[in-house]
Amino acid sequence: MRALLAVYRAQLKTSFLMYLQYRASSVLWLLGMILEPVIYLVVWSTIARANGWAVDGYGVGDFASYFLVLLLVNHLTDNWVYYEFEERVRQGLLSPLLLRPIHPINADVAQNLTYKWMMLVVMLPTAGVLALVFHPTAHVTWLSLLLFFSSLVLAIAIRFLVEWSLGLTAFWTTQMSAVLQVYYVALFFLSGQMGPLALFPVPVEILALVLPFQWMLAFPVQLLLGQVDQRAIVLGLVAQAIWLCLSLALMTVLWRHGLRRYSGTGA
Amino acid sequence: MGHSCVIDVCDLGKHYTVSRRDAGLKAALRSVVRRATSEVVAVDGITFHLAPGEIVGFLGSNGAGKTTTLKMLAGLLYPTTGTAMVLDYVPWRRERAFLQQIALVMGQRNQLQWDIPAIDSFVLNQAIYRIDPSAYRRTLGELTDLLDLGPLLTKPVRTLSLGERMKCELAAALLHRPRVLFLDEPTIGLDVTSQRRIRTFIAEYNRRNEATVLLTSHYMADVEALSRRVILIHRGQILFDGNLRELAQRFSSYKTLTVQTPDAVSSLASFGEIISAEEGQVKLRVPKAATASVVQRLLEECAISDLTIEDPPIEQAIEQVFA
Repeated sequence: MRALLAVYRAQLKTSFLMYLQYRASSVLWLLGMILEPVIYLVVWSTIARANGWAVDGYGVGDFASYFLVLLLVNHLTDNWVYYEFEERVRQGLLSPLLLRPIHPINADVAQNLTYKWMMLVVMLPTAGVLALVFHPTAHVTWLSLLLFFSSLVLAIAIRFLVEWSLGLTAFWTTQMSAVLQVYYVALFFLSGQMGPLALFPVPVEILALVLPFQWMLAFPVQLLLGQVDQRAIVLGLVAQAIWLCLSLALMTVLWRHGLRRYSGTGA
Repeated sequence: MGHSCVIDVCDLGKHYTVSRRDAGLKAALRSVVRRATSEVVAVDGITFHLAPGEIVGFLGSNGAGKTTTLKMLAGLLYPTTGTAMVLDYVPWRRERAFLQQIALVMGQRNQLQWDIPAIDSFVLNQAIYRIDPSAYRRTLGELTDLLDLGPLLTKPVRTLSLGERMKCELAAALLHRPRVLFLDEPTIGLDVTSQRRIRTFIAEYNRRNEATVLLTSHYMADVEALSRRVILIHRGQILFDGNLRELAQRFSSYKTLTVQTPDAVSSLASFGEIISAEEGQVKLRVPKAATASVVQRLLEECAISDLTIEDPPIEQAIEQVFA
């Protein structure tokens, strides 16, 4: 365990140095992440205003708080390593990683954490400014804060494992961009990125219930804002626990079989 | 499989499945429904053993199966047939204790992070391989001396020349002092000076650490300088395993005579096979056993102004084997 911590410390430092090399592109990337929820916020607020200041009980201030927290949670759960898998597999970049006496996922986790910590420096002030502009309303309690942080950690883990597994499909297909496209669409509609899931038709809500997407994003947001009743809190945490186990199992199985496959085509 | 054996390979084979498609639209459409695949035998049941501290050169043309073998022994590939033990581990199980004692350096693939100085990647390796700080400092000092890394360590890797980068890659791979070292074309693309430097270094590392080294190279000079024993692999099979000198004797049964003469080239054809002829200089290939008598006859019968006798380069000897 201590050895693993030492690896993480070193890896965090290495990643930090790498990101410093790419300050400009990191910030540009971040800008995209900020703009997207702001656009939805503006759209929903406009609809709410035209609708007598609310949509299905969601007021303008509720939308503001939803999208601001979503912005932060999306930043903290976001992951991009699955983009790189195709290259890793096609060009044999995985080979040097496999020679190391440590699972390659560790390097990715550490890199991901580094980026998030570094970018919070930009993210938190941005959220502050947006709060001043959009006037969010929410009553956050100590309990909801506690629930939020627990489900946030679960959400980060689930999304990381799901997206790492998604990357592993590169072992089987050369059409990664098509696979990713399907994933984006599902993520967009079913994670709550576009707006609170309660405002969508019932079939979408049901689909979102059984798929992992909202447990990676919308659920912690709604926990913090107190938008879920007690039964839904328990249900959600159980769903997160189940998805954590499932995604871990999925990742393990795909990794084992994928490596055999990688080996079959020449590594 | 005693303790006198560091690498123990028995009937090891690797077959790849590759998808195949003829040119043209029809073939492309057919492949949508049913992808035709065929099997390529990269390594075809090879057997050999390496003793501790040996440096063995692995020779063969492109696609002979050298790299595939190294990858199996380093644990990157599962074999299709046979067994292999390296330091009493099955490589492709990739156990931590195994990975911690080996290194595979490939000419074109990188361990080092491109955008940051090598020294930062080294520190990461220190943690990953659990090298204790004093051992790390000692090894790093030693590697810095041997490879002359001093000024290179603090520059971003992408700004280094190919030779400089290779030296840093080698250092990164050796920080944990592997007992078994697999080198795949370690000097590919390097200039002569860098090649020599890396060669000297590998020999020195082997001497100091009693490490076992299996290396492939296109440059005969690498193999000649480093290993007494060579394994010749061709189309996945071992053609020769033994002393380098024996290889030269076994496969080059000819000598090359270079003759300066004003005589017509055609008049020399009876002395041996003409390899080249230009401006009064003719190169002849002569069976080794007949060399003395051919030289004598040449001097008697022709107007010779100069004559030299050479062994053909080992490359040529090997080429003959592969032809």
